[in-house]
Amino acid sequence: MARTRDESSPLFAGNPAGTLRLIMYLALALVLMVLDQRNGWLWAVRNSAALVVEPVYRLAGLPSAGVRMLATAFADRQSLTGQNQRLREDLLLANAKLNRMAAVAEQNAHLKQLLDTSHSLELKVQLAHVIGVDLGAFRYRLTLSLGARDGVTPGQPVIDAHGVLGQVSEVLPTTSVVMLITDPTHALPVVVERTGVRTIAYGSRDGSSLTLPDLPLAANVRAGDRLLTSGIGGRFPSGFPAGTIRSVQPAPGGAFLLAQATPAADMDRADDVLLLHDLADPQGPPAPEKPAGPPADLAPASGSGAVGHVPPERAGAAPAAAARPTSGARL
Amino acid sequence: MSRPHAGNWWFGGTLVLSLLLMLIPLPDALEPSKPYWPALVLLYWTLESEGRVTLGLAFVLGLVADVLVGMVLGEQALRLCALVFIATRFRARLRLFPMWQLTAAVLALLLNDRLLLLIVRMLSGGSLPPASWWLSPVVGAALWPFVFLLLDDLRVRARIQ
Repeated sequence: MARTRDESSPLFAGNPAGTLRLIMYLALALVLMVLDQRNGWLWAVRNSAALVVEPVYRLAGLPSAGVRMLATAFADRQSLTGQNQRLREDLLLANAKLNRMAAVAEQNAHLKQLLDTSHSLELKVQLAHVIGVDLGAFRYRLTLSLGARDGVTPGQPVIDAHGVLGQVSEVLPTTSVVMLITDPTHALPVVVERTGVRTIAYGSRDGSSLTLPDLPLAANVRAGDRLLTSGIGGRFPSGFPAGTIRSVQPAPGGAFLLAQATPAADMDRADDVLLLHDLADPQGPPAPEKPAGPPADLAPASGSGAVGHVPPERAGAAPAAAARPTSGARL
Repeated sequence: MSRPHAGNWWFGGTLVLSLLLMLIPLPDALEPSKPYWPALVLLYWTLESEGRVTLGLAFVLGLVADVLVGMVLGEQALRLCALVFIATRFRARLRLFPMWQLTAAVLALLLNDRLLLLIVRMLSGGSLPPASWWLSPVVGAALWPFVFLLLDDLRVRARIQ
């Protein structure tokens, strides 16, 4: 163990060359971080390194998959039978409900047709498995086993059997990363089911609840109210369960109510999730009409400013909070 | 000829293993207490093997870890560089420490590492992590003697064979 001391590792004084190298590397790291924040280099690097990164994810996901398999293999017969029984009862109940709903849905479709709207109750979904990889983000992210090759695109909503789970934030060729709605940098436009109050649900620090910080003092909201997605912003379709209000109290500033909600989706135990394919119906002001008039090249050059040609905006342009760009979501 | 070769393979293998261990998830209850494995393994090699771990190597390993984790490019490179620099600077003294003192030193290093991470995350617009987040360096330090002895034992055996 003991070795003779040599020049390169002095007992007390450090050599200045080493300090210089440290400063150089630290500066390099800082520059990289800043440039990455600005330009999103990391995604470019990850995309080109996907051939290496993805097998590593699969490899790292093996232990948790193995544990899950062992749990199934060694589960005793009785618990499996019980689970099976419960699932069958659930299915029976769900089917009964569906049958009753079918008539209503048909009626709804008919009425919608009369009203000339194209809102459809059908869902186009894709089943994805969760890969058990820890991405060190205080558990605000999930890794899915589907990627760009399967048609996954950034911004796609992800749900499970109970409600909204999150949205796809990054896509690699055969895997994708989901940002959960409990991420503090995530915002979800919601509506209170009982009263129709619209607000925005943010993630929270502990990663297991939703925060609604800007409810008006007069808003009719109380514990136990269910939250649904409102569809405003055009990213999440409307009508999916988002959570249940747990507590309501005045915000520290006194001008708003602050509510905490429990997410409806099973954040911790999601093994299989659904990727929604049909995008939400845009709700919001319609796109401005193109001003009618002579073509631009015929219009008088000086007077055209008075007309104020507004470029047509995308219908349902998201409110700033509703759909933040992924660059702001990477934390 | 083959012995230094095998040593290099073993060295690289432990580093790759540490990256994999970093990615493998733990059950929910244990999740916050997961140690930062690359730091522990790098510390071991810094203390035990003269000149093998350089700042450049720490930087490259950190970059690879950043690409794998996908948070901020350069974050872990910065942390590992700082860690290796401190460990190299005090290497001669740390090697003389008895195990409990060395463990305390490792705890200080890991706490310092978490502090750096916190600063980086706050600067890049993150929110304050929950209190359980600070459990990881403590668990890392508690595991240090075992990691140290295990790696040392394996290394000695590999040399003998």
